[in-house]
Amino acid sequence: MTDPFPFIQRSMRHSVRSLDALLTAIFLPISIMLMFVYVFGGAIDGSGRYVDYVVPGIIVLCVGFGSAGTATAVALDMTTGVVDRFRTLPISSAAVLTGHVAASVARNTVSTLLVLAVALLAGFRPVADLTNWLAAAALLLVLMAAISWLGACFGLLARSVEAATAATFVAAFAPYLSSAFVPVNTMPGGLQWVADNQPVTPIADTLRALMLDTPIGNEWMLAVAWCAAGIVLGRAGAAYLFRRR
Amino acid sequence: MCMTYTIEARGLTKAFGATQVLEGLDLQIRAGEVFALLGPNGAGKTTTVRILATLLAPDGGSAKVAGHDVIENPRKVRENISLTAQESAVDGLLTGAENLRMMARLRKLPRSEQRPRTAESLERLDLSEAADRRVATYSGGMRRRLDLAMSLISRPQVIFLDEPTTGLDPRSRAAVWDAVMQLAADGTTILLTTQYLEEADRLADRIAVVSHGRIAAEGTAAELKARIADETVELFFADAAALTAAAQLLEGQASDERLSLRLPADGAEDVRRALDALSAKGIPAERLELHRPTLDDVFLSLT
Repeated sequence: MTDPFPFIQRSMRHSVRSLDALLTAIFLPISIMLMFVYVFGGAIDGSGRYVDYVVPGIIVLCVGFGSAGTATAVALDMTTGVVDRFRTLPISSAAVLTGHVAASVARNTVSTLLVLAVALLAGFRPVADLTNWLAAAALLLVLMAAISWLGACFGLLARSVEAATAATFVAAFAPYLSSAFVPVNTMPGGLQWVADNQPVTPIADTLRALMLDTPIGNEWMLAVAWCAAGIVLGRAGAAYLFRRR
Repeated sequence: MCMTYTIEARGLTKAFGATQVLEGLDLQIRAGEVFALLGPNGAGKTTTVRILATLLAPDGGSAKVAGHDVIENPRKVRENISLTAQESAVDGLLTGAENLRMMARLRKLPRSEQRPRTAESLERLDLSEAADRRVATYSGGMRRRLDLAMSLISRPQVIFLDEPTTGLDPRSRAAVWDAVMQLAADGTTILLTTQYLEEADRLADRIAVVSHGRIAAEGTAAELKARIADETVELFFADAAALTAAAQLLEGQASDERLSLRLPADGAEDVRRALDALSAKGIPAERLELHRPTLDDVFLSLT
């Protein structure tokens, strides 16, 4: 077993030192949230409580967008000579990917907390006990890991850093076609089918139910299953792709 | 086998798609030797290095590095080698010292040795002052030196240097050469690739000229030069008439463009005899140049 710690430390330093990427990962979700709450919110839901509906969705968007950035970091490594050097070391060099994923989870934990803080300032009033918060945190952590590993796969498949950036667009766009911002039953038939069958809907619904202390039903199992599948597939896929390149 | 080699390759072949890059390349490098693979772009130098450094599997043939088979036991090979590839493998967002400490940890050096070795490597490549600066601010030459420092921090038995000075200014090139010569003095086995004849001549104990995926010639710089014709003298004339007259008198290679005649000249006597013959006929030679064969001549005649 290779000690991934030097790689984790390396990727963490990258995160802290690539200021522009860090700021994008934090300010983009915050701006989107403020836009939904203050610009669209009144039109979508006149009751003034739209903020409670949308914040969990924004957090999912934030996590997805931020974690998908792993694709860019991995692609950047693959296009420089750095990985060749790691590969000529007597270690399993795929640990460099573990470093990127771990740093991504850490980075997204920080930006999620910031988004949550701004949400509270904007009037978000969660009703959740400690168990709910812990469950919500656990769900977000596995979501971060899942998207980070899938992002790593994408970064390994992409032939350039620019192409890898496309992963973040997918992650930033998918929440719009889900229950993250508006209830699915307000959408036309075809879109409803998409929204009902894509992972963001159960994940956003579960997070919302946990934060607002409303009934969860069985949807949480679906949410966890999607995340677990993402982690397993992403990890295995990344290991395979790394070996092949 | 009476002789063991630190690097030994037999009949390496490799194709990328329809392009055959290596066509049966053989290599024997002894411990402590500095060996240069010299050849033009696309000759197969980098592919050879990547195979020997366990980054690429050959289609055919076999190779052993530091006593281990590169295909069957890559991990053992990796414990003994270090590669400085053509593309810079330094991390721009980390400082020079951080890059080196990361390598020290990945190489599993004992904790107490990590810092001293980092300092020593920085010192050795004249990077101590830049140690705590981010590598993104380094010049090309500094990056290449740091790359070398990362290679030697674990004191590997074998170092591969793929075009270590390509794209460097003369001063940085000299600094890299110094570093390579120091490593060689320590007894490290070095395989370097280069397009520069001067570099091979300066650094390498033995040189192999690579052409179309094969070794076209091998030997010391002196041996390779000796394979080409002896020294020549080139006589220059004022006009075409003088050149024509001289060419009728002496056996040599006339060049109308240069208004010159090139003769084999094995020593000063030959030169004097040629000049005497010319002045006897009243043909004045304006000036002369002596040519000693260079590695360039070897290179051009072989590739």
